[in-house]
Amino acid sequence: MSITNQTALQLAAQLRSGALRVSEVLDACYAQIEAAEPTVHGYISLCREDAYAFAAKVQARLDAGEARSALAGVPIAIKDLICTKGIPTTCASKMLEGFRPPYNATVIERLHAADLIPLGKTNMDEFAMGSTTETSAFGVTRNPHNPAHVPGGSSGGSAAVLAAGEAPIALGSDTGGSIRQPCAYCGVTGLKPTYGAVSRYGLIAYASSLDQIGPMGRCAADCAALFEIIAGRDEKDSSSMDFPAFSAAAALAGDLRGKRIGVPAEFLGEGLQPAVAKALREAAERFRALGATVEEFPLPMLAYAVPTYYIIACAEACSNLSRYDGIKYGHSAAGARDLLETYILSRSEGFGMEVKRRIMLGNFVLSSGYYDAYYKKALQAKRMLQQAYFKAFETYDMLLGPVAPTTAPKLGESLSDPLRMYLSDIYTVTVNLAGLPALALPCGTDENALPIGMQLIGKPFGESALFAAADAYQRTEDAPLGRL
Amino acid sequence: MTIDRNLVLYLEKLGRIRLTEEERAACETELQSIIGYFDQLNSLDTCGVEPLSHSFPVANVMREDCTAPSMEPALLLSNAPQKKDNCFLVYRTVE
Repeated sequence: MSITNQTALQLAAQLRSGALRVSEVLDACYAQIEAAEPTVHGYISLCREDAYAFAAKVQARLDAGEARSALAGVPIAIKDLICTKGIPTTCASKMLEGFRPPYNATVIERLHAADLIPLGKTNMDEFAMGSTTETSAFGVTRNPHNPAHVPGGSSGGSAAVLAAGEAPIALGSDTGGSIRQPCAYCGVTGLKPTYGAVSRYGLIAYASSLDQIGPMGRCAADCAALFEIIAGRDEKDSSSMDFPAFSAAAALAGDLRGKRIGVPAEFLGEGLQPAVAKALREAAERFRALGATVEEFPLPMLAYAVPTYYIIACAEACSNLSRYDGIKYGHSAAGARDLLETYILSRSEGFGMEVKRRIMLGNFVLSSGYYDAYYKKALQAKRMLQQAYFKAFETYDMLLGPVAPTTAPKLGESLSDPLRMYLSDIYTVTVNLAGLPALALPCGTDENALPIGMQLIGKPFGESALFAAADAYQRTEDAPLGRL
Repeated sequence: MTIDRNLVLYLEKLGRIRLTEEERAACETELQSIIGYFDQLNSLDTCGVEPLSHSFPVANVMREDCTAPSMEPALLLSNAPQKKDNCFLVYRTVE
C-alpha cells in the first residue's frame, strides 16, 4: 500500500519500527500535493522548509527510540484559521493576507510537543463563514471525489486534502458543522469536541461560544489519537474545561453491546435526499448487528435550530470581527484621511460579501429595539434545545443522524441564495448550540458515487463512547472508509 | 419585519463597512429573506426561560499570579501597517 493511502496510526507504527523514515513520508505527501493540487486546491500555503527542518529533529528522536506520542513523525494539515508562529495565517480572507502570527495556538504547541509535522495551511470559507469553501478569498477547493462538486465547508480544505491523499490527518474547526459537513461530503471522519474540551487560544474567533477545534482523519482511530494530543484544559483559554483523562486506547476498547442509540425522528423528515436516508437506515442495521438498540424519538426543537444558530453566531461574529480596524494588523486601506475612514475602507476592502452580511445580521439582532426579539429569544431557544438533548440522554447513550440533507452540491449552486445555504446546516448546528460532542463518519455513497456521512452525537465529554461506536462500525466488513 | 434601504445603511454604519449601491440593493433582499426566516422563532413559547449564554456553568477562572516575560514589542508590532517608536501609528483623534 502506498504511503499516501495509509492511516496516520499505520504510518506512525512504521515510523517507530524504522520501516519508514519521516522524510520519506514527507516526500510522499508533498509529491501527492503537487499531483493533486492543480485540481483540488485544498491548501492555501505550504510550509515545506519548516516541515523538513522539524522532521530531522523528530527522526533523531525516533532513531533514539523516543516516540513522543502515538502519532510521532506523522505529517498534518492545519486549517488556516489556527495561528502558526511566523507562518502565514489568512482565515481565507484578504483581511489577513500576509499576516504572520507572533505566537502559536495552544493546539500547535501540543502538536509540536507530540512530534506531528505541519505540512501546510488548508483552505476554508472566509472566517469560517460558509458551507462550501467557496467564500475563500483565495479560490475554491474542489471535492476529490468529483471536482465539479464542493468539498463542503468551512473546513473544506482539510477534508479535501485527506480524501485526496495529500495529508494523513488534519485539524479543522467546527462552529455550526464546519468539521462534520465537509467530512461527510468528502468521505472522511472528524470530531466536533465537547465545548471547552480543546483550547481555543490562537483559534481566530468566529462565534466564541460555539467554536471548537477538532481532529479530522481517514478513520475514527486516527481522530481519537489526535484528540488525545490536543484535548485538555489550557490556562490561556478560560472556557476550556478539565477533561476527564481521555485515552484513545481505552476509548477504542469500548463496544456497542447493550448501548441505546436514539434517532431524532425530525432528522429523517422532509428535504432528506433518499440516498442519505437509505444509507442511514443501513448504518442503523450495522449498529444493531454490533449489539446496540436503535430507535426513533421526537425532537421538535429541531424546527428552531437554524434561526437560533444564525442569530447567535452572527451576533458573536460582528463583535469578534470588530477587531479588524486596519491599525494593529491585517489589511489597511491606502488613501484614508482620518481614523473612521481607515476603519470603513479597510473593512470594506478586506472582508468578502458573506462576512459583511453576517456582520450586518449580527448588528441587527443586537441593536436597540431588536435585541429582545432576536438575540435574547435565541439564547432562550438555546437553553430549550440543550434541555431537549439532555432529556434524550436520560434514555439514550448516544444519538444518530445524517450530517447534511444531501450529498455535496455542485460548485456555484449554493452561493446565489444565502438562506438556502444556511438551511443545509440544519442537522449540525444544534450540537454546537448545546455544547455537545459529535463525530461524523462516512456511511455510503449516493447514485453519483458521492460520499454520504452520518454523525453520532454524545453526552458532554462523551467522546470515548462516540469513538468506540465509530471504530466498531469502521471495523465491520466492507464499512465505507473514504478512499481507503 | 421589513428591511429597507435605510436600515441597510444603518447596519453598514454600525459595522463600519460601506457597500456599493449594487451590493446594497442585493443585501436588502437577502436580509429580508433571512430575517423573515429568523421570525419563525416568534412561534416558540419562551416564557419564563432563562437565556443560556455559556453551554456549561463556568465560575470565575483563576490562575496563579506569576511573572513571565512579555512578548517582544518588535514582534507584537511586526504586522502593524504603520508604526513609530514601538507604537502603532494612528490618525490624530483629538484636536
